[in-house]
Amino acid sequence: MSDWESVIGLEIHAQLATRSKIFSGASTAFGADPNTQACAVDLGLPGVLPVLNREAVTMAIRFGVAIDAEIDHRSVFARKNYFYPDLPKGYQISQFELPIVGKGHIFISPAEGEHKEIGITRAHLEEDAGKSIHDQFPDQSGIDLNRAGTPLLEIVSEPDMRSAKEAVAYARKIHSLVRYLEICDGNMQEGSFRCDANVSVRRKGDEKLGTRAELKNINSFRFLERAINFEIERQIELIEDGGSVVQETRLYDSERDETRSMRSKEEANDYRYFPDPDLLPVAITDEDIADIRASLPELPEQKKQRYIDELGLSDYNAELLTASRETATYFEAALAAAPEHNAQLANWILGDLAGALNKANIDTSESPITPLMLAQLISRIADNTISGKIAKEVFEAMWQGEGDADGIIEARGLKQITDSGAIESLIDEVIAANPDQVEQFRAGKDKVLGFFVGQVMKQSQGKANPGQVNAMLREKLKS
Amino acid sequence: MTNSVTEIRRGLKQGKFSSVEITQDYLARIAQHNPALNCFISVTDEIALEQARTADAALASGEAAPLTGVPLAHKDLFCTDGVKTTCASQILDNFIAPYDATIIENFKRDGAVMLGKTNMDEFAMGSSNENSSYGNVANPWNTDYVPGGSSGGSAAAVAAGLTPAATGTDTGGSIRQPAALCGVTGIKPTYGRVSRYGMIAYGSSLDQGGPFARSAEDCALLLQTMSGFDRRDSTSAEQAAPDYSAALGQGIKGLKIGLPKEYFAEGLDARVAGVIETAIDELAKLGAKIVDVSLPNTGLSIPTYYVIAMAECSSNLSRFDGVRFGHRCQDPVDLEDLYKRSRGEGFGAEVKRRIMIGTYALSAGYYDAYYLKAQQLRRMIKQDFQQAFGDVDLILGPTTPETAFKIGAKTDDPVSMYLQDIYTISLNLAGLPGMSLPVGFSDGLPVGMQLIGNYFDEAGLLNAAHSYQQVSDWHLQVPEAFR
Repeated sequence: MSDWESVIGLEIHAQLATRSKIFSGASTAFGADPNTQACAVDLGLPGVLPVLNREAVTMAIRFGVAIDAEIDHRSVFARKNYFYPDLPKGYQISQFELPIVGKGHIFISPAEGEHKEIGITRAHLEEDAGKSIHDQFPDQSGIDLNRAGTPLLEIVSEPDMRSAKEAVAYARKIHSLVRYLEICDGNMQEGSFRCDANVSVRRKGDEKLGTRAELKNINSFRFLERAINFEIERQIELIEDGGSVVQETRLYDSERDETRSMRSKEEANDYRYFPDPDLLPVAITDEDIADIRASLPELPEQKKQRYIDELGLSDYNAELLTASRETATYFEAALAAAPEHNAQLANWILGDLAGALNKANIDTSESPITPLMLAQLISRIADNTISGKIAKEVFEAMWQGEGDADGIIEARGLKQITDSGAIESLIDEVIAANPDQVEQFRAGKDKVLGFFVGQVMKQSQGKANPGQVNAMLREKLKS
Repeated sequence: MTNSVTEIRRGLKQGKFSSVEITQDYLARIAQHNPALNCFISVTDEIALEQARTADAALASGEAAPLTGVPLAHKDLFCTDGVKTTCASQILDNFIAPYDATIIENFKRDGAVMLGKTNMDEFAMGSSNENSSYGNVANPWNTDYVPGGSSGGSAAAVAAGLTPAATGTDTGGSIRQPAALCGVTGIKPTYGRVSRYGMIAYGSSLDQGGPFARSAEDCALLLQTMSGFDRRDSTSAEQAAPDYSAALGQGIKGLKIGLPKEYFAEGLDARVAGVIETAIDELAKLGAKIVDVSLPNTGLSIPTYYVIAMAECSSNLSRFDGVRFGHRCQDPVDLEDLYKRSRGEGFGAEVKRRIMIGTYALSAGYYDAYYLKAQQLRRMIKQDFQQAFGDVDLILGPTTPETAFKIGAKTDDPVSMYLQDIYTISLNLAGLPGMSLPVGFSDGLPVGMQLIGNYFDEAGLLNAAHSYQQVSDWHLQVPEAFR
């Protein structure tokens, strides 16, 4: 296994969040009744012509600027010719030479402390096809052209990734970026964000790339990782058994967790690309690019650096907090309410909150605990109203919808005991009840202190201030 | 009864006749003569009469638009809402568009009356109108002869007086060549002048709609309605059309007209050349200055055109697959069978030939040698014209190398058929406007003269043609059988 190196490149199709289609005025909303959102242009009726939705170009340029890519002043749409029932015109309007977005790059962090630059070859605009439906009519297929003409940005990476983990980190990074840029909703179930992976293997040290297989039909990051890993093993076994990899397209079957051959290179279409004579070349001026650059939000890389430089967060926490726009937005909203507690906020968001969200399988934006509620909770720890341990209980109650931290602390009587008189009487009770342990401590067995702290905390039902308990116990036990 | 759009407008305005009356006259002429000529694929009697009644009401209330009440016919590749649009192909025999082409909308806006849809070469591919699945069209000057193509039905219908005017399209000469062969006036505007929306595409970078009528004066009226920016066509020119009628009558004194020596070389019928030379003398008498120019790459225009037009059509015609509209074969066994038989049964031989050649020209390994090379030649051809227009205002020559030929004479020889377009085709490659007007006869068949203008100088073309038509009556000739 270790003599082998895998080489992976991804082609990501991000559906752009324009209101209307890329070449027609029809709506792009998901989930309408079949063929109710397909106008004459989408149906490819004789005589109709495409008209470019400039918003799609703007979105593509937003992406290009964000990955520091070359953006040409001239971009050309081309026809990709092939027959398929859900491709109404018999060609897809795409880009071949002169895509909108040229060479760029992005940084990934596949594991704590690891950083890697991944090259992006190009990103081009194209229209989506419709959908063939094979399971609704006996002996017939249905065609739904609602999706036909939806704008897609196809983002093609360099073959810079060396493991499934890196590929997933890259895909997640692009996913996060397009959502930061508000150019794609990133919904993988609805197909708004789709990944195809080109996978090959070679012996370590080889310069030449191995023959690649293109994996399709991957609709989650988890499946992306599995599909690539399956494919890497398949190719290595094949070569080690004396066979060779054929260039082909393979479908990932998530139920059986395997990839299956769909079509070989020989069966592949000759797409006969040529510039679409119905569309003029797109002119992009320096002013267009400058305007778009000025309109960009703070991007994840910039945000991360700011968290490190200005808030003093660790590289790892900063990376995680900025990994999705929603998390960063949550963090920043909470931070505004409790500016002095950034490290604690980061820990709670990445720890308890992330855990709870994950368990409930909901997004940060749907969290029952709002950023302000979390900020209040953390402020109560900081001002000694409650201990960290009690805070977990309050957090759980907030998650269950019992109200905000102050309300729950009040209602459940969780306020920390900081009155030294009250703590002292608890300590006295515990010392009186445990003479043996007192002896041990006085004989020099320091560890017994923990026992006493525990007992006092138990007596106080966790409400005594642990720091105070500790200090006062030492005093009492010595005397 | 008159065949002039200008006079029909006047007569309607003055109340000499109603739109219903003149529409009925034309419908009666169509009923009488169409069986012999086969100009029409569809005759829309009911729509015509209804539009005529509406027009008469508008005329009566003084709300007339520029063409209110004027009957005309449309080439059967302009989509018409609710009326069959066939492109003269079996594959669209049952096709009724749910929308109007932009120019159809424009004609409705301006009050015109639609008599019907005219015959053509299938998908506008042909120079003789013999490639129609609805049968060939006869030339009204001699019904044994072709009317030219691809807009043969429109040209013949105007020549025979079955309509005062008609629309056509011109990808390589499909307006000018049939206008020449039928002895009528026709103009192909600058690429981008007339919207292509709703005009079923053949070669998208070459196709341009335009009118046929008896005179330049009438063409000016129709072109006015057809022209203008259309946001639904990205290749439509974003500039307003000038008033074409107002540009007429300026005369041609001092106008510099260039004669490309390549258009008067080998291949041109001597009798046609003689007729053209007489017309040139006439223009000189009107004050035009005649000079020689050269378009050195003329010989390359036919191969260049056929690579580009066929490449584009191979892709444009992919949508006719039997899936969503048009002909579908009976009981397909699988998807491939559905495609193969629907297209195999639906398309005629010439269309298949062009799809095959175009597919080949775009194929991996051949693209650079054919399509890319053709695009380079296209730029050279364009430069020839740009250079010539540095010296002259208009360019003039024959529209076709010879007059109409007999039906069937060239059907087995596609290359000889393609050579019909030698003088017209380079304008489409360059995107320039051109028109053909009748300037005489050879053996009883009309001879057409082509005028070529600089970009967006349709007004200059129409003015020059109009000046000539003020001192000649070739454009007023009607074949005896149709008087």
